[in-house]
Amino acid sequence: MNESEIRQVVVGIFSKIAPEIDYDEIDAEEDLRDEIDIDSMDFLNFIVALNEKIGIDIPEKDYGKLVSLNDILEYVKANAPAKPV
Amino acid sequence: MSQHIIQSPGKSKKANLDNYDLFREKFRWEQVRHKLDGLPGGGLNLAYEAVDRHVQHGHGETIAIRWLGKKGGQIDLTYQDLSIQSNRFANVLDMLKLQKADRIFVLTGRIPELYITALGTWKYGATFCPLFSAFGPEPVYQRLDIGGGKVIVTTKAYYKNKVKPSWDKLPNLEYVILTDVEENVDDRILSWKWLMSDASDNYHIPETGEEDMAILHFTSGTTGKPKGAIHVHKAVFVHYMTGKYVLDMHPGDIYWCTADPGWVTGTSYGILAPLVHGITNIIDEKDFDAERWYTILEEQKVNIWYTAPTAIRMLMRVGIEPLEHYDLSNLRLVYSVGEPLNPEAVHWGRDHLDLTINDNWWQTETGGIMISNYASMPVKPGSMGKPIPGIEAAIINKTGSDKVEIIKDSDVVGQLALKPGWPSMFRGYLHNEDRYNASFVDGWYVSGDLARKDADGYFWFVGRADDIIKTAGHMVGPFEVESVLMEHDAVAEVGVIGVPDPVIGEMVKAFIVLHDGFEPTEDLKLSLTGLARKRLGSAVAPKEIEFKENLPKTRSGKVMRRLLKARELGEDEGDTSTLESES
Repeated sequence: MNESEIRQVVVGIFSKIAPEIDYDEIDAEEDLRDEIDIDSMDFLNFIVALNEKIGIDIPEKDYGKLVSLNDILEYVKANAPAKPV
Repeated sequence: MSQHIIQSPGKSKKANLDNYDLFREKFRWEQVRHKLDGLPGGGLNLAYEAVDRHVQHGHGETIAIRWLGKKGGQIDLTYQDLSIQSNRFANVLDMLKLQKADRIFVLTGRIPELYITALGTWKYGATFCPLFSAFGPEPVYQRLDIGGGKVIVTTKAYYKNKVKPSWDKLPNLEYVILTDVEENVDDRILSWKWLMSDASDNYHIPETGEEDMAILHFTSGTTGKPKGAIHVHKAVFVHYMTGKYVLDMHPGDIYWCTADPGWVTGTSYGILAPLVHGITNIIDEKDFDAERWYTILEEQKVNIWYTAPTAIRMLMRVGIEPLEHYDLSNLRLVYSVGEPLNPEAVHWGRDHLDLTINDNWWQTETGGIMISNYASMPVKPGSMGKPIPGIEAAIINKTGSDKVEIIKDSDVVGQLALKPGWPSMFRGYLHNEDRYNASFVDGWYVSGDLARKDADGYFWFVGRADDIIKTAGHMVGPFEVESVLMEHDAVAEVGVIGVPDPVIGEMVKAFIVLHDGFEPTEDLKLSLTGLARKRLGSAVAPKEIEFKENLPKTRSGKVMRRLLKARELGEDEGDTSTLESES
């Protein structure tokens, strides 16, 4: 998956969780929890959905690394399986 | 990092309460008065007991607050620093010509300014009112409106999104103080830094009485607006007592309470109890993060840790063996509050932390821990423990509007009730005397929680007696959520309930009946989710929405949440005699 495809998937999932947000307007370097107002449960739902969409299995100990939108995009880029499931 | 340590030296520290029954028999609240200083000129003040008296006793150099920033960085505030900073904030309030009767709101994350605002407000004799930063504009407006907030300390972003839109409907709100601007924006939107830099380090605390209002904490109602529970300076008796005999604070301890001061735990135990005991209070700006939390426990050498079942269950899910990867040898005691701690979590604590997690129970209205497990008392996993010394608790049944019957038999479910009169008991719901009076029946404070007491005197939580939803340790009033959803053009009827969730206890779920002409599509669901989140914030908005053809209602047309819940969970529907016939 290329960067734009990854972004499309990630933002697509968040758009279901926090549909009121304009994702082009947020600061992709800032803490996403503040930028789009999500809590731990929302975040877990995101992880589950991401796994369903592209088969990436993010160990829970890595959740702390996924702070900003860019952190998530970079993590997925580095760790996504070669082929989407 | 070190290998698994079976028994740390810290764990062998003798508990302050070493014999529950004996201590309980001898304990009287008046004994606590001698452990507090009181204001030098007379009276009692939360901030003086929490900060200034330690400076007077020569402990000004002890670290009071160690703040850990979410982007890294650390700020240490000694008791001396905290005394000076809170003096300055009290002088700021004086400069703004505020009155003792005024209420100072805070809407920020866990940043040092929040703690300084609280302490400075108490020194000034005004009332501190914290708001949870994940509240959306609607809950923020409701609380500022009911509380008649005169000042709010917040950030640029929260001001813009959550306060500004409703300021014209808040005639009492005179000043907004922003923590993250250098200069005043205008004569009502002021800069924290500018105000504080101009304020004097010295402040003489005017006399505050034991019964003077000090804290206003909002809690959710089932049928109406949130209720502002009033707490007074005398609550410090309970902060002291429970800090010492429940949380077992000893001089030199390092303590960490993970709760946000937007909820009562984060104020009573995230600010007051540790400071009243003159120990070091760790504050982490970041929300839950398993690796970070274990690292904090290790690096900060935390001795006492007060957290919540949701957090413990999330740690259980994470595949990290704490004792294999972290040196937690300083950790002596772990406590949990917010919702019942399930037995599996207690067993997990024993197996994976080598510690017993001590559950306890209390509410916004009680101001402090009321029922608890203790370091020296055997724990029955799943039980909230026994009433703290000085508190009489019982399981009761209401037998009429002004009569109760105490349930003497063990293991019978009834309402959990407390004998009124403890020092941190709420003194009212602001502007709602009827609701306050209704909380007391036949000489008991009736908590609204259902519980049972076993033959050994341990209490066990059963559920709520009303429709309040307990999610991730905090309370959500279904009415608040329903009101916002009803504003959507498509919505004809709505019922909001809590459905069981393995991690957060209960999840807020809305059931919606649409007006004719609206289709139950995914897009409509997103539109409703967006509306709820925008107005209520993530802490309150429903996590799930389901469309229904109809909802169970009373003959008068009121949605019966209890029945809705019973149906959704496949439980016994109970008495349905007032149910309207369904089409």
